Amino acid sequence: MPITFTLNGKATTVNVDPQMPLLWVLRDTLNLTGTKFGCGMALCGACTVHINGEASRSCILPVSSVEGKKITTIEGLSADGSHPVQKAWIEEDVPQCGYCQTGQIMSAVALLAKKPNPTDVEIDDAMSGNLCRCGTYQRIRKAIHRAASQPTSG
Amino acid sequence: MATAFLLDRREFLRKSATGGAALVIGLYLPGKYEALAGLPPEDQAAINAWVQITADDRVTLLIDKSEMGQGISTALTMILAEELDLDWKKIRTEFAPAAPAYFNPVFGLQGTGGSSSVRGSWEPLAKAGAAAREMLVTTAAKRWGVEASACRTENSSVVNSNTGKRLGYGALVEEAAKLPVPVSPARKDPKNYKYIGKATKRIDSAEKVTGTAEFGIDVRLPGMLHAVVARCPVFGGKLKSFEAEKAKAVRGVKQIVQISSGVAVVADNTWSAMEGRNALAITWDEGPNAKNSSDAIRKLYQERAQQPGAIARKDGDADAALASAPKKLEATYELPYLAHATMEPINCAADVRADGCDIYAPTQFQTFSQMTGAKLTGLKPEQVRVHTTYLGGGFGRRAEQDFIVEAVELSKAMNAPVQVTWSREDDMQHDFYRPAVLVKMNAGLDDAGSVVAWKSRIVAPSIMSRFFPGSVKNGIDDTATEGIATLKYAVPNFLVEYVLTETGVPVGFWRSVGNSHNGYIAECFVDEMAKAAGKDPVEFRRTLLAKDARQRGVVELAAEKAGWSKPLPAGRYRGISVVESFGSYVAQVAEISIDRKAHTLQVHRVVAAVDCGRHVNPETIRAQIEGSVVYGLSAALKGEITLSNGRVEQSNFNDYDLVRMNEAPVVEVHIVDSQDGPGGIGEPGTPPIAPAVCNAIFAATGKPVRRLPIRPENLA
Repeated sequence: MPITFTLNGKATTVNVDPQMPLLWVLRDTLNLTGTKFGCGMALCGACTVHINGEASRSCILPVSSVEGKKITTIEGLSADGSHPVQKAWIEEDVPQCGYCQTGQIMSAVALLAKKPNPTDVEIDDAMSGNLCRCGTYQRIRKAIHRAASQPTSG
Repeated sequence: MATAFLLDRREFLRKSATGGAALVIGLYLPGKYEALAGLPPEDQAAINAWVQITADDRVTLLIDKSEMGQGISTALTMILAEELDLDWKKIRTEFAPAAPAYFNPVFGLQGTGGSSSVRGSWEPLAKAGAAAREMLVTTAAKRWGVEASACRTENSSVVNSNTGKRLGYGALVEEAAKLPVPVSPARKDPKNYKYIGKATKRIDSAEKVTGTAEFGIDVRLPGMLHAVVARCPVFGGKLKSFEAEKAKAVRGVKQIVQISSGVAVVADNTWSAMEGRNALAITWDEGPNAKNSSDAIRKLYQERAQQPGAIARKDGDADAALASAPKKLEATYELPYLAHATMEPINCAADVRADGCDIYAPTQFQTFSQMTGAKLTGLKPEQVRVHTTYLGGGFGRRAEQDFIVEAVELSKAMNAPVQVTWSREDDMQHDFYRPAVLVKMNAGLDDAGSVVAWKSRIVAPSIMSRFFPGSVKNGIDDTATEGIATLKYAVPNFLVEYVLTETGVPVGFWRSVGNSHNGYIAECFVDEMAKAAGKDPVEFRRTLLAKDARQRGVVELAAEKAGWSKPLPAGRYRGISVVESFGSYVAQVAEISIDRKAHTLQVHRVVAAVDCGRHVNPETIRAQIEGSVVYGLSAALKGEITLSNGRVEQSNFNDYDLVRMNEAPVVEVHIVDSQDGPGGIGEPGTPPIAPAVCNAIFAATGKPVRRLPIRPENLA
């Protein structure tokens, strides 16, 4: 049974087991490897994407559940890393190993869409589902504040 | 072996050349690489290629280290750009292939660990850059008909100081490449440094914020299959039998393959392989560890602590001094096994063919990976190409070869490229863990409160007896005793014993290795001694470090910046610790509060002082200390791997959680301006945080924390 959704602005149809989590459809079927596997249980946030604008953990979402929905992955955030949140991440020198950062960025973008000027507590609340083993939290917090103070362009 | 290097050279040239002329600079260190000795000098230079400059002015730097977040590709680029006066924007990097030319001088093989990269590579790489610069200057001077001394370099160009004319490096490479590589090129005066010592942003952030950085798990090869492996849940167990029919029926599953580590399910995507594995019915022979448990291991350690061990260090006569000391302290400290939990789950892709083998791996040890491939395929080492990807965290886990073995065995069996991916559960339950440790501590103080005797008996398994067996001498594994046997505190009678105790649980390098447990134990015990002596913990350490200016210096700096002498707001407490490791000194002051009703703790602020000697990138130092604090704090607050019925009880981040953003303290980093030899920075920030926090708890409650992780009863 083909499943159709809008992926990064493009109509996309896949013909896979409807139970397959969206994460693996993105990574293995569509070769969009920017969305990461970390735990498979929605415990670490590495697989975060936007479903109709909401930050969602793609590792536990059967692909059948996104039929007809709008999905944005890190690849769809900007063509060239020019999204204000990506720029803020570079300015604050956030990444270390970098593996969790695409998920962190997707969570941060979703937060800023709802709360354009979040407090530290609001940042902690929104971001505590995203683990970073390298411990870049303090820079993530700064980068979110930096992005919040920039004029948004997309 | 010579052909191996030539093959690598061709590979490098093929990959990097843009079709035009290129200057490839290698660096032959006489005596370092015996295998190179028989080759003509030009091959010796070129095959050990670090730098390539092409006619379009682009510079390619081969990174011979694994980038796992520690910022090494940025640091090595800075070193090269400095000596070669490069235009920062025109540098690109790629990871070096596996070849003896890239052996880490610290280990004698190609690998990344022990916080050794800048320490090992600074000199050779700077020399390669200086040599290339000299060749370019010589060429330009000849073209202009002037002395080399009339030329200077800037921004990837040679400038004629008399006329102001410029020649880009790209325009000079064809001729420069024909010159002999200078043996002792002139080096830049550090006072003219433009990059080294200046806070510089990472070169890999753009890839990492767009999702284009390729980690091992992201490798996609034409026709590649995906595999997961079912392994015996008990360490050392073996496969008895398995039933594959149901697994084979899962959509997408291609084949069930028995390999050395267990039963693999190979499919056309990762999820199908995982579903197939769930459908396998396997009977294991659980072997001799089937009844192993954390309780049994703890009891074994307690018994072993009653017997003397091999002597790791002996100054004076600690037993006699202890016997006659007016004040005696005794304490037993215990730490659990810990998992690495790299964010990128363990994985590897391999493509084994009759004529060669390609291994695509997030590996810390390229030489081992190449040897593993050669051994399993029967190919020559030079036919095994190791492609190092970005590592989504390493912390020592990726020094191991288990995942390389699986991928190579599977590709061989399937006659196709195969990527093996571990689930988080696989990772938690089949790690090479940070050893569980028990240390019995004794100290004697005189009437003035001075420490006259120190005794430590360390009960722990040995990492090196498996990893580098030859390095365990006279019953001593330095990685088990470092952090205590290496202490510089001035104590006249000092005895460290090691009781090597195997438990059947695989152990390995975990960020900062022995310092991670021994640093905690020593520093908590020092606070116990300070209290017994009636002294302030900072003053007490200053006295013990009277003759060690660098270590005392970081204690004083951390204390000053943390406002140690100033009162804290009500409900806040401080603790300090200092640990020397990997040639660097780090002191940390942790500021905490405790909710005694809820038995919870918040670490608000950590002030760190670091002396890592001459350094390349202060921004990396700050980032590494910030991150190391969080890494060590996860262990102090939460980290514990336990066993029951021979099985690891933890499985994922629900029962092996890490510090999250809401629990992460603000970390302030103060760097000592030092001209001492460079020290490491990837690991030294980890050991001090657990004792700093526990010493703050001790200050708050009056009760020492002698067992990690910190438990609710410690916060009552």
